Amino acid sequence: MTDADTRMERLGNASQPPVDRWRFLHVVHRNYLVWRQLLGSALVGHLADPLLWLVGFGFGIGSLLPTVGGLTYLEFLGSGMLCYSVMNSASFEALYSAFTRLKHQRTWEGILHAPMTVTDIVVGEWVWAALKGALSGAAILLVMAGLGLIKSFAALWLLPIVLLVGLAFSGIALVFTALAKSYDLFTYYFSLVVMPMMLISGVFFPAEQLPAVVRFAGNLLPLSHATALARGLAVGAPLDHVFLHLVVIAIYAGLGLVLADRLIKRRLTR
Amino acid sequence: MLKVDSLRKRYGDLEVVRGVTLQVAPGTCFGLLGPNGAGKTTTLRCCLGLTTPDSGTIELAGVPVPERAREARARVGVVPQFDNLDPDFTVTENLVMYGRYFGLSRRECEAQVERLLVFAGLSDKARASIESLSGGMKRRLTLARAMINNPQILFMDEPTTGLDPQARHLVWDRLKTLLAEGRTLILTTHFMDEAQRLCDRVAIMDKGVIIAEDAPHALIDREIEPAVIEVYGDGIEAWFETAGKRYSERSELAGDTAFCYCHDPSPLLKSLEGLGELRSLRRSANLEDVFLKLTGRDLRD
Repeated sequence: MTDADTRMERLGNASQPPVDRWRFLHVVHRNYLVWRQLLGSALVGHLADPLLWLVGFGFGIGSLLPTVGGLTYLEFLGSGMLCYSVMNSASFEALYSAFTRLKHQRTWEGILHAPMTVTDIVVGEWVWAALKGALSGAAILLVMAGLGLIKSFAALWLLPIVLLVGLAFSGIALVFTALAKSYDLFTYYFSLVVMPMMLISGVFFPAEQLPAVVRFAGNLLPLSHATALARGLAVGAPLDHVFLHLVVIAIYAGLGLVLADRLIKRRLTR
Repeated sequence: MLKVDSLRKRYGDLEVVRGVTLQVAPGTCFGLLGPNGAGKTTTLRCCLGLTTPDSGTIELAGVPVPERAREARARVGVVPQFDNLDPDFTVTENLVMYGRYFGLSRRECEAQVERLLVFAGLSDKARASIESLSGGMKRRLTLARAMINNPQILFMDEPTTGLDPQARHLVWDRLKTLLAEGRTLILTTHFMDEAQRLCDRVAIMDKGVIIAEDAPHALIDREIEPAVIEVYGDGIEAWFETAGKRYSERSELAGDTAFCYCHDPSPLLKSLEGLGELRSLRRSANLEDVFLKLTGRDLRD
């Protein structure tokens, strides 16, 4: 064997690719490491924000109101804010932050030069944004427990549920990220999709008093189902159709992922 | 190391790559040259499995692409045209995180950091932020990052574009080290001196096809007369029409400079004597002459 042969042999011993199914975790891990550097401000945002909202609105407006569907306004608002916050946090991450990594930082391009695939990246971003959403939800749950709003341990079921809600909203958001040419699209998304959805999904006030058509539209969207689950499990409102609620949210999560994967693949590997 | 056969790729109405065939032998440096829009970057992207060609076959590091592109990329390093270092991480963190994408453990990555930083001349920047690095440092870090998986083959898309001369020479020096280690280099470049200096073989690409391929000196010998004289100054047009064309085998007036190519430059130089307003430069033929002869002088924006 010549010198060159042994040298090539040595160079050939590159590492084996990791087990396929879990490769997306590298993307989650990367985002986690970046997030960890900003831990302080992130946690203040997660805890202080909802606390101020709840105390301000809940006590402020709540003291003017009678009970809402058998709940104090603080209970009503808390469970609504829980879902709103999961949605907001997952959407922000999967829109603005993901788009920055897609376009401005070219982070995804760099990852694709390694033995990773577009699907690894999309699944990683989907899960990561959902985790951020779930963390926001968990923080509100903690604040609610601190304020004595939580009625039973059934509220713990909300931990896996907020993750599912996070997956739904990060899936939808990634579709818009895949289509975006600039950040402008996200402003439209928040004003034309997120805000109206919030108003008809029973977050700040019950949807029951809205016209039937609007209520019907609300029922087609994931936020109303998330709110119903949160209200039932956290503060003991009547809860039925649990399975239906979960299925609707899961459909949004799944469809969002599949569509985002296809669109981002088209964008990055054309 | 790399075999490409009859590669074609179309975007809408425009066929960007129109039947490219090339082979790169192990341990050599191959340069893909061509004006903007010639199809160089698309060809590289196809080779890495980042885009699927319409037809043709590719074999990289012994496996077919795009079918087993991930496997191929595990043995390949890539230095992209635009830096995509992670601005949220330090220099060291960039190297470690990138190794993780290759399935290396944190420990395996960390064990390599010191060696790679020495290689990139960034030992004293281990904890620096990406923002604080100069353009040349970023390029070297990108090169070091591409080495994290100890690749057999390196793909580089314009590795020295935008660097100052000092930084370019440092990058060239590192690329020569990699060649001496037995690795295969595949690069695209606009700089003919870079190609001439580094590449064992170059292919000149234009409008989606390879129009010439050989060792740089062989291309120069084949395409260009040994002596080149550039003449410029007041009255160049008159001189060019009377003497310039006559005393050179091939000549060209581009802007206010005449390029005269010939075997024996003495009659031409003689015709310039006494014409004080004309200045001339005599030099030997280089790869840029070949490039301009084959692809023309028109701008390609």
